[in-house]
Amino acid sequence: MSIAFYLIAALTVAGGLAAVLLKNTVHCALVLTVAFAGLALFFLQLDAQFAGFAQILVYIGAVAILVVFAILLTRGSETPKDSVFSKNWFAGLVIAAGIFAVLGWAVLQSGRVLPHETAVPTVTVLQIGNALMGCYVLPLEIVALLLTAAMIGAVIVALHEKEGTK
Amino acid sequence: MTPLSGYLLVAAILFSIGLAGALTRRNAILVLIGIELMLNAANLNLIAFWRYGPHPEALTGMMFAIFSIAVAAAEAAVGLGLVISIHRHAHTTDLDRMNRMKG
Repeated sequence: MSIAFYLIAALTVAGGLAAVLLKNTVHCALVLTVAFAGLALFFLQLDAQFAGFAQILVYIGAVAILVVFAILLTRGSETPKDSVFSKNWFAGLVIAAGIFAVLGWAVLQSGRVLPHETAVPTVTVLQIGNALMGCYVLPLEIVALLLTAAMIGAVIVALHEKEGTK
Repeated sequence: MTPLSGYLLVAAILFSIGLAGALTRRNAILVLIGIELMLNAANLNLIAFWRYGPHPEALTGMMFAIFSIAVAAAEAAVGLGLVISIHRHAHTTDLDRMNRMKG
């Protein structure tokens, strides 16, 4: 484990914690980009350059901006007077802690049997393109259809209802 | 600790943080942020297994992660559109106060 791994891990976990815990919703969306950037750095560290840059483009470039727009459109930037956590926050915290305990126990128990290949994979964009157009062409088409349907659906759902059209 | 278990532990921490956020926050947009964190933690697992598993040249894990990113983008767009639509209808994004389906 290198120093870089611990630094990026601390950055990512701190970003995620702040995104969940901060009171102001706009601040949450802004520190969420820190967590996304940390994950992109992880991808780059794992020699998955294409996935890392796709993460930066899609999450920091699009999803974070979309979240900020949604917060500003719904006036969620006003900090609520009462608590930002729901009434049954304790049950949610217990469920999350239980799932973390199970996941961490499973990872630590299976440490020896996990695969550990040291050879660095060399993946070029040409190989990724060939794979996308070769054996992954059907999922690619389905994702294209899904993105189109999601875009049209989001626009229709968020369309302004005109007076008297009900 | 092998590098792979380190990545898996970080992903588990992120997943739990996202789950706690999705289960405890009142604002619907913050719940969506928690779901995004959980999806990203799953992506980190996929990429880590791709890197340290056998046959990385088959690109299976990386393709899975790329398709997962695309589906997550579609999910975010539709989810935020729904939140905006509900806000226009009920004038709130507080999930504790959204307790009727008919509005």
